[in-house]
Amino acid sequence: MNIKKILPQLLTLLVVILVFGFFSYNAQINMENRGITFGYGFLSQESSFDVQFSLIEYDGSHSYFRAYLVGLLNTILVSVIGIIFATIIGVVVGIARLSNNYLINRTAAVYVEFFRNIPLLLQIFFWYFAALRALPLPQDTEPMFGVFFLTIKGFFVPAFVWNNLDVFIYSIIAAIISIIFIRIYAKKKQENEGIQTPVLSISIGLLLILPILSFLFGGVDASVEIPVIKQLSQSGFTFEGGIKLPPELISLALALSLYTATFIAECVRAGVQGVSKGQKEAAASIGLTPNQVLKLVIMPQALRIIIPPTTNQYLNLTKNSSLAAAIAYPDLVLVFAGTALMQTGRAIEIVSITMLTYLSLSISISIFMNWYNKKIAIKEK
Amino acid sequence: MNKLNFLQPDKNNLYTYLYTGVILIALSIFIVFLNSFFNKDIISFLPGSISFFLPIILGFIGLHLIRIDYSGLKFLDSINKNINTNNFNAFLSLLIVFVVIKSLPPLLSWFIIDANIAGDSKDVCTGSGACWTYIKIWFNRFMYGMYPNAEQWRINLSFIALAFLGCIGFFATEKFKKYLTLYYVVVYPIIAFFFIFFFISGGPIFFDFSYGIIAAVISIIIGFFIPSKFKMYYFIIVPITLYILLKYVFFYEELIELGKLEALEWVETGAWGGLSLTFIVSFFCLIFCFPIGLFLSLGRRSDFPIIKYFSIGMIEFWRGVPLITVLFMSSVMFPMFLPEDMFIDKLVRVIIAISLFEAAYVAEVIRGGLQALPRGQYDAAKSLGMGYWKMHILVILPQALKLVIPGIANTFLALVKDTPLIFVVGLLEIVGMLNLAKTNPEWLGFAMEGYVFASVLFFIICYAMSKYSYNLEQKYKTER
Repeated sequence: MNIKKILPQLLTLLVVILVFGFFSYNAQINMENRGITFGYGFLSQESSFDVQFSLIEYDGSHSYFRAYLVGLLNTILVSVIGIIFATIIGVVVGIARLSNNYLINRTAAVYVEFFRNIPLLLQIFFWYFAALRALPLPQDTEPMFGVFFLTIKGFFVPAFVWNNLDVFIYSIIAAIISIIFIRIYAKKKQENEGIQTPVLSISIGLLLILPILSFLFGGVDASVEIPVIKQLSQSGFTFEGGIKLPPELISLALALSLYTATFIAECVRAGVQGVSKGQKEAAASIGLTPNQVLKLVIMPQALRIIIPPTTNQYLNLTKNSSLAAAIAYPDLVLVFAGTALMQTGRAIEIVSITMLTYLSLSISISIFMNWYNKKIAIKEK
Repeated sequence: MNKLNFLQPDKNNLYTYLYTGVILIALSIFIVFLNSFFNKDIISFLPGSISFFLPIILGFIGLHLIRIDYSGLKFLDSINKNINTNNFNAFLSLLIVFVVIKSLPPLLSWFIIDANIAGDSKDVCTGSGACWTYIKIWFNRFMYGMYPNAEQWRINLSFIALAFLGCIGFFATEKFKKYLTLYYVVVYPIIAFFFIFFFISGGPIFFDFSYGIIAAVISIIIGFFIPSKFKMYYFIIVPITLYILLKYVFFYEELIELGKLEALEWVETGAWGGLSLTFIVSFFCLIFCFPIGLFLSLGRRSDFPIIKYFSIGMIEFWRGVPLITVLFMSSVMFPMFLPEDMFIDKLVRVIIAISLFEAAYVAEVIRGGLQALPRGQYDAAKSLGMGYWKMHILVILPQALKLVIPGIANTFLALVKDTPLIFVVGLLEIVGMLNLAKTNPEWLGFAMEGYVFASVLFFIICYAMSKYSYNLEQKYKTER
């Protein structure tokens, strides 16, 4: 009886230990032969390579750790942009899929079927090598609304030049914190006295008034810097000033958001369809207006179905952003597992750090999701 | 009570409204049609913005005029119900129709009218449309990669043979139906392995392939005379024994001689590529990732703590990292873990990496199915005195797997769509070949054609797969 329980476990353990032992023994010998010692000390060494696009100050004189940070920030940047646009497109398409208008319904269906059945890598290549290459050169570009320039070298947008930016950010944080407190207070008040507080208008007002106050009294000052065309050589032009979004970032964000939006659209559709028809009818029969039905009855139940798979899609998008390496957008994989690995030859350390970064991201999100699922699960008696 | 019914038809004056509305709609569509197909602007005498918005205004008024709750005319009612329920819907419908009409001419001209397919060099592509000549010239490379032209019949033959062997299940009679699972789980993958690895790569080990086929044929023939009680063991043991006997005892000398005389040319895996490599990689990963995922999912629900936590660790690890880093690991990190004289082929490493990666997703999908089964099923099976494996094979898995067909199909689709990533280790399947062809100095500037071609191919493959899985789902759907 006991033997039957212990034996398979022991065998598994033995196999795992043997495989690991075999691997680490070989790794030790291989590294000795190549004259490298295992360790993470190289992270503080000078990296001596340059990165094309970075959010923080970086050049060859900085350390490998800073290169890692540059890559990580670029990954986060493209993921956040992708997530925002994927959510917008996904929700719109998902609702369009539910429309009773045949044309809208079919258009959305065609979009979903088309974009999710083509490999993401192919889509990235398509946008980067085919579609964006058809854009005009900087000198031939017609400005959009006078300030945006979409060229083959990237998308140039006006930049804000801030004075005392920190005060402005503090004002927004203060607004958000006070909104949270007001919400808690309003909920309590409604539970105790049955009186509703207009939370939404108060929140919007706070979000507007506090930053305006910071402009008036905090010494905050913003001006807009519009990109201006500049001649580099006989035929070479570029834009100066403003913010430059490189074509790699644009094509990556486009492909990621269009691809992930199809999955989010399906999640939204499944969620809204998952709310049973009786709920809607019951809500209408107690005299709620259509808006109230949507806000108080349908959405809370649909969101319970929509949010878990959608978070999964966000996670997938973040992991898929590593395809950036294919078009040389300097994300974590390209900068760290590509360039830094080539330079140092420390395959084990670098690949393990890269994997651990993604792993900790995924695991923290899945822990959060488990907590959230438990919190919103319907408590059946 | 009088409802405000501004310019809306009712039963009495329906036809007046209907004719006016239809004329207005037809006019608006006609204007857009002329504008986009023949480049003629018949309303250009109007000031700029009005001539731009006029079609949509006309169509909108037309749709508004024909909107009626119930008219008795079948066509009108179906239009009103489907695209014209209210002003907002009418506006969106018009917008979609106009966008389709507007975008048809450029698309048509790019794909067909101005496109070139004749000739065999870049010079014929002078028009503004697509250059299908490029696809035509490179078609062979896109399909077979760098595989030598004279040997490509081997790939074709293998795929045809495998497709044929795969279809056997559809023609099996009732008597053989019970062996189908065994066939698909054990025999078919082995045959496929022989075909792909020995027939396509060729070389001296081609004879291993012939031994394998001979062993399989002989064992199937003998198999008819074996009592069915032992068949399970028989079909695993006998082919392998026969294979070893054939290889090391019987025909050894003669075939060594033959091998010197004539053998299939050796083609290393680095030269494989194109769509055929996509198929090979997806096929093997598909075969391998399913059993691994099945065991992981069973392990995760096991009562043995070590096995349970081992499975959880495996699943969460592979699910938590992007595939590209797994491939990086298999290409730069994995060789460090092996003895120096041991070398594993690049393709094999990739297949192992992708299989493990997808297995974790399959495991989670199957776990969903296992969790969805009511406890009563387990209890009933146990009360009949079934052991763990018997219970799972006969009662639990058939029901659980049926539940998760859509999920597994989605995982397999994701697998097929992930295969282009093998460019990381330097294997060029179709997308990789496109990127290579794009940089060829004689064929610069045809990136668009290549990507459109590959997109269409992938779309057909993936769409067919998803439709097939939908059919399977409907077929095995049971009411609970």
